[in-house]
Amino acid sequence: MKRWLSSLGPHLWLLLGVLVFATPIYITLIGSTHDASTIGRGDVPLLPGSHAVENYTAAWVSGGSGRFAVSPASRMLLNSTIMALCIAVGKIVISLLSAYAVVFFRFPGRMIAFWTIFMTLMLPVEVRIIPTYQVIVSMDLFNSMAGLTIPLIASATATLLFRQFFLTIPDEYVEAAKMDGAGPMRFFRDILLPLSVTNIAALFVILFIYGWNQYLWPLLVVNDRSLETIVVGMAKMIGTGEAQNEWNVIMAMAVLSLLPPVAVVIFMQRWFLKGLTETEK
Amino acid sequence: MASLEVTGLTKSFGPTHVLHGIDLAVEDGEMIVIVGASGCGKSTLLRIVAGLETATSGSIRIAGREVAALEPAERDIAMVFQNYALYPHMTVEQNMAYGLRIRGLPKAEIARRVAEAAGLLGIEALLARRPRQLSGGQRQRVAMGRAIVREPKLFLFDEPLSNLDAKLRVQMRAEIRRLQRRLGVTSLFVTHDQTEAMTLGDRLVVMHAGHAAQIATPMEIWARPADTYVAGFIGSPAMNFLAGTLTEGGHAVALKAGPTLRFADGPRTGGEGRPLTIGIRPEHMDLAEGGIPMPLDLVEPLGSETVLHGRLPSGEALVVKLAGPAPDAPSLPVAFPASALHVFDGETGKRLDP
Repeated sequence: MKRWLSSLGPHLWLLLGVLVFATPIYITLIGSTHDASTIGRGDVPLLPGSHAVENYTAAWVSGGSGRFAVSPASRMLLNSTIMALCIAVGKIVISLLSAYAVVFFRFPGRMIAFWTIFMTLMLPVEVRIIPTYQVIVSMDLFNSMAGLTIPLIASATATLLFRQFFLTIPDEYVEAAKMDGAGPMRFFRDILLPLSVTNIAALFVILFIYGWNQYLWPLLVVNDRSLETIVVGMAKMIGTGEAQNEWNVIMAMAVLSLLPPVAVVIFMQRWFLKGLTETEK
Repeated sequence: MASLEVTGLTKSFGPTHVLHGIDLAVEDGEMIVIVGASGCGKSTLLRIVAGLETATSGSIRIAGREVAALEPAERDIAMVFQNYALYPHMTVEQNMAYGLRIRGLPKAEIARRVAEAAGLLGIEALLARRPRQLSGGQRQRVAMGRAIVREPKLFLFDEPLSNLDAKLRVQMRAEIRRLQRRLGVTSLFVTHDQTEAMTLGDRLVVMHAGHAAQIATPMEIWARPADTYVAGFIGSPAMNFLAGTLTEGGHAVALKAGPTLRFADGPRTGGEGRPLTIGIRPEHMDLAEGGIPMPLDLVEPLGSETVLHGRLPSGEALVVKLAGPAPDAPSLPVAFPASALHVFDGETGKRLDP
């Protein structure tokens, strides 16, 4: 009885937290099942309406109607997925290799290279956005998937994380691999990569969502409708007030935009758990 | 199977000299144990032979072939690491086969060798497991297996038993020795444990501060240590050292502790009063009427024997190991049998023979 009481407080607190996080999502979900006029009146319905199919069809096929129409969600989801994948995979590949170089090789300028990478941590996309834009335009990458993703790939955070992880790998593995005759790339592929799998999975989730949520850079570097990403597209659908917003379609779009990151998290969770239960020593 | 010759090997890390010219010739099939306190350079020597470090100067020849410029994998050697260094994501079988796969051996040959080594080590049942599912002793066996499948010319062991508990260590020690004899592979074994060294080695290299203080068979080292360092390092409890001076025309030593002892094996050179260090092993000491009285600090009964710790009137500490129990007394008379004395130069610590 006493135990039950003492766990009541924490549970109520947790419940409150869940409510705070879940309510906006619930309202969006419900909103996406009503027609435009219900939401337009300013009501916040709490029970599902009957317009789900048409709203989602509108979002998926046409991307809304009227002044603020954007590309259909199908197109934008594809663009966002490609962009987020390119960014996540690109970042992981680049940072694995650079961390490998910094940790396992002695070359002149090694620490300079490391500190240069480290310093870029202090310069997020927003700070270097004008020079980056200049570079991308002069490289003729404006309005292209390459222009969208390449500037976001260089990553100090992931390099640092991998560096820290590589530093925990015992030297004896390196030496055993040398005795076995494994060259540097072979060691990387056969030993370092398999040992890094859980780290890679964790980073992949974080970086995929990071890429998915990019707003400012895609807004600047792409104005071609066919390359529009869903985060930018959704924002474009919200007008400044001179015409009525199609909130029902916007909300359907928002729900659709949630699905891929959620899928990535759920899918990758298996790897996390695997990593947690099978701790590598 | 092959011989190993190390000549004039030196190693410096910047201004720090770790090895000062090591010469070592290992014959085919011999097991050499390199023993020394930590920081004496023994691991560095092994790692240079393995090719994991490069020597500052000197040459290393395996089966007559100079290997100093070769990669570790090209030297035809195998190494067992202190922490075994088994790849955690590979099964036992994959761990053992990895080096062979890289060498591009045919699959059937790899399978044959792995099965053979597993049979030899009694680890057939473990082949599908991963290292973390194995006990320390099993990991040790797998590490040995990984070395054996390569059929190398030379085995290198870098303190492979130091992570095992005492009982397992004794067991694995015997197993390694048996296996090495059976395979007849030339081996270098590094350890800081003198018992391990004495029991495993055909010959020992006692390392001290980057020098090979003595290279000889275990019994030779025990019976005729080359200097006071070796004498104190090998044997447990450690040898007693007493200061004295040469007297009676080189035929005897006048101990600072009092008595004058005549050498049983002949005179030493040098003038009267030459400073000497006399070594005597605790197990060679006797209790005898008329000996020097030694007040006891501590008595350690070990069952079959008893270790007495005391201090001589000169202030020098002395350890005596007796077979059987010690008489119950606060002070016992100890005698120094002339045949058991080791005579060292008092300044250089080098052994002085007649």
